Amino acid sequence: MNANDQERITQLLKKSMPPIAAGDSAGPRRDLWQAMLARLEARRAVPVPWFDWALLAAVSALLVFFPGAIAVLLYHL
Amino acid sequence: MPVLEQPSDVLRQFCHGDLDAFETLFRRHQNEVYGWIVRIVRDPAAAEDLTVETFWRIYRAHARFDPSRAFQPWARRVATNAALDHLKATRSEAALPDSLSAPLSPDPGISDELRAQTARAFRRLPAKLRVVATLALIEEQPYKEISEAMGISTGAVKLRVYRAVRLLRKELKRLGIEP
Repeated sequence: MNANDQERITQLLKKSMPPIAAGDSAGPRRDLWQAMLARLEARRAVPVPWFDWALLAAVSALLVFFPGAIAVLLYHL
Repeated sequence: MPVLEQPSDVLRQFCHGDLDAFETLFRRHQNEVYGWIVRIVRDPAAAEDLTVETFWRIYRAHARFDPSRAFQPWARRVATNAALDHLKATRSEAALPDSLSAPLSPDPGISDELRAQTARAFRRLPAKLRVVATLALIEEQPYKEISEAMGISTGAVKLRVYRAVRLLRKELKRLGIEP
């Protein structure tokens, strides 16, 4: 493939998919901050599932009553 | 809008997760980020969603940002990655959006069928090559800006452009089009 081939394909590409007009790339058509806030709130509001808390409690109890399990736990981590 | 005038103060507060500082940065840079993304994905609705996604990624990474460095190049790089992920996720056969003004006034020197086939062949390129080819060949962005946005060298950008053109030529030939 030579430089002429590349130039021809580039021109075909530009005719088929013209560059984005300046007006279209100037900025979004709506205020996105509200969408951003909604996204932030949605992520903050994600609750921790009850079984995660149950697992944490079980592991904590295990470590309190059987301290020897700490080494086993560390080995498996 | 929060009153945070000094850019360095804003960046420093942003690093600590300050929401007002983040809003200041968002409002200051959203148009530039959107403009960069829409050039890549060529779909205004997707570009708006990806602008929010970009700033979400930026907010999550606030603790890793170095306030002594410029915000815009970092934001553009995050935006490029978000757009790249979008292109990888969307099917290559997806129709071109018709909400941009440019496709509504196509070049009269090219038939609708040829235009559609060329666009289809272009969308079959790997996403990384499409991003580089779109920015370099269609949008005529400087190689240096593309390399900074993608986190690769200018030599790698040139190589990707070459590979994109070569693959596109092969695909067009397969469709019976001799460019």
